[in-house]
Amino acid sequence: MAEGKIEWTRKHLLGLRELSREEIELILDTAKSFAEVNKRSIKKTPVLRGKVVVNMFFEDSTRTRNSFTLASRRLSADVIEFTKKSSALSKGETLLDTARNLEAMGVDLVVIRHNAGGTPKLLSRSIDACVVNAGDGFHEHPTQALLDVYTIREKFGSLDGLKIGIVGDIANSRVARSNVYAMTKLGAEVTLIGPPTLMPPIGDLPVKVSNSFDDVIESLDVVNMLRVQFERLSSNPFPSKREYTRLFGLTEQRMKRAKDNIAVMHPGPMNRGMEIESSVADGANSLILKQVTNGIAVRMAVLFLVSRAPE
Amino acid sequence: MGNKINTNELLIKNGRVIDPLNEIDSVCDVLIEAGKICEVGKPHKELPEEKVIDASGKIVCPGFIDMHVHFREPGDEEEETIRSGSHAAVAGGYTSVVCMPNTDPTIQDETSIEFVHRMGRQTRKTHVYAMGALTKDRKGVELSEMGLMAGAGAVGFTDDGTGLQDASVMRKALKYASMFGLVVSQHCQDNSLAGNGVINAGFNSTLLGLPGMSPLAEELMLWRDIQLNKSIKTKYHAQHISTKGSVDIIRRAKQEGIPVTCEVTPHHLLLNEQTVAEYDTNYKMNPPLRTEEDIAALKEAVKEGVIDALITDHAPHLQSEKELEFLYAPFGIIGLESALPLFEKALIEDGIIEWSELIAMLTCRPAEILGINDTKGSFTKGKWGDVTIFDPEEKWQIDVNKFISKARNCPFHGWNVKGRVSCTIVGGEVRYSSERN
Ligand SMILES: [Zn+2]
Repeated sequence: MAEGKIEWTRKHLLGLRELSREEIELILDTAKSFAEVNKRSIKKTPVLRGKVVVNMFFEDSTRTRNSFTLASRRLSADVIEFTKKSSALSKGETLLDTARNLEAMGVDLVVIRHNAGGTPKLLSRSIDACVVNAGDGFHEHPTQALLDVYTIREKFGSLDGLKIGIVGDIANSRVARSNVYAMTKLGAEVTLIGPPTLMPPIGDLPVKVSNSFDDVIESLDVVNMLRVQFERLSSNPFPSKREYTRLFGLTEQRMKRAKDNIAVMHPGPMNRGMEIESSVADGANSLILKQVTNGIAVRMAVLFLVSRAPE
Repeated sequence: MGNKINTNELLIKNGRVIDPLNEIDSVCDVLIEAGKICEVGKPHKELPEEKVIDASGKIVCPGFIDMHVHFREPGDEEEETIRSGSHAAVAGGYTSVVCMPNTDPTIQDETSIEFVHRMGRQTRKTHVYAMGALTKDRKGVELSEMGLMAGAGAVGFTDDGTGLQDASVMRKALKYASMFGLVVSQHCQDNSLAGNGVINAGFNSTLLGLPGMSPLAEELMLWRDIQLNKSIKTKYHAQHISTKGSVDIIRRAKQEGIPVTCEVTPHHLLLNEQTVAEYDTNYKMNPPLRTEEDIAALKEAVKEGVIDALITDHAPHLQSEKELEFLYAPFGIIGLESALPLFEKALIEDGIIEWSELIAMLTCRPAEILGINDTKGSFTKGKWGDVTIFDPEEKWQIDVNKFISKARNCPFHGWNVKGRVSCTIVGGEVRYSSERN
């Protein structure tokens, strides 16, 4: 495994805000060695043999779920898929009841996706199993951000001094939050780009904010286009899709003003033609499919590390 | 209430008697005869030992009045009942409480007001009053039967739990209520701004990824109501205010002579929004916990007398509900049994005010807002013999497992505090004693 300078001590991965640069680098280095495994013809390693992982998804996400399932299987774990459309008190059973029941079945790791911020933390306080946050409300999505920085590091060697733009619905995006923590800790300069109606209070976060994509596009080394989450928008924060695309879409025209080797990223699923034009999403600068590939190795690293954490 | 003949006699000796209304603060005795206050000072009359309470080293004051509690009856008796709530109230030194009408069914007619009174009387602990809904089903559209409820003994009207959104309905409500001289109590919250917020809006809500509730949601409705009341001039009361902006608005309105009173809870004086960081739903309340700046402004307002009443907003919930995800768990915490030492911590320990001012906000001032000052809130001769005796120095640790309330949703569990109720007397009868319990 990776020759980390530090020891991994966390039993849960709830978010990246509390992680140090060293811890993030340890995950990335560990992921790199797992990526090697994924290139072999038999893509399996026995490190989680005998362990049980449950994927608790309270929100649709085929992509993230498949990635976690594959990651668990490649580590030789048994995987339970648990799906529930909504949470809260349905049939009188609470989330914690459900989790305690699963734990009674001998679950060692819980991967949880939930539409309410903070639920993984709530869970980690109440059960003994390791908890991995697979996205909670608009709080954090740590493994997505880890695979993003992994992919950037793969292309540029390091994030130090890179100029990264995160574009779109920052207010409702857990990806944006986790990205900010990971990217800035690894030395990148991050600019959040979007209309003020989609920009939350940023307090003392070490980022810049711009309401003009055109003002900053030329300076960027990486651009991460967020998905506009119409399902989360209670009222329209912008007048029309057309206007949004004109102001904040990654169009071919806008790409002409970008650096030649700009890296184009998107956490998916994309609203093609809305926040990103198809030709750009599938173009030479796009790392979008790379992100998906790297997601498995990164999640293997996370599951491996938390499962090995001292009690 | 209290239509039965009362022969209770009691002599409370050697306590530090504080009666803010009558500006009494001295070591003396309080004599109760026939359940009513008879004499304060050095009564010549002596009573047999079993009718004498030695209050040496303790503060003796008019019984506390909490003008904002939720006893969940009718409808959610598993959370709390008027009975269990009343037991909790006297344990916290409260001799009168006012139940909010947001029960299921809503308290909005004569029968339900009478029901609350009857359950309170039968329990024989604290006096239990009720406010009626301001609008039918608290929907904010049609006025409730305020006159009939007033006749049944309602002490005010409120749609608490939610604010009355429509300005023209609110104006009508204020005008109509002015006929009865009863207070219109508002949970100030503009829903269009509050949205689905569950914590204070701001950077903290960015970090936690929880929808925020803007302070402006509270302030805008408060400001609107005060403007509406400028010409109507009826009794208007802002419930559980929580922001610096609200304090500024109320201070100004009072200076301009527009009738407005307000109340504040212990949690908004002691806890800031950062406490939510662990997603512990015991910190989920409405209005949400705000910033240190807001807390400082509330304390300053207490000092200046801009705050009229101290309340608990005692809001019991089932453990299973509070175990839900932060977004889905209900708002509210309980507070009757821990209120006194928490107010002590927030206001006395910090040197903001003295005991007599704190007691005023727990006794004569709410009594006046509620219009029950003819019988409650002071030691004036002839008032009900409602007395709270507490040791201001006694140190103890708040333990929710020892609460009498049915509920346990309290963020102050484990806090080391000072000041403890030792005896609560209602109508000359000892209804709670820490030695007995
Ligand atoms: Zn309220």
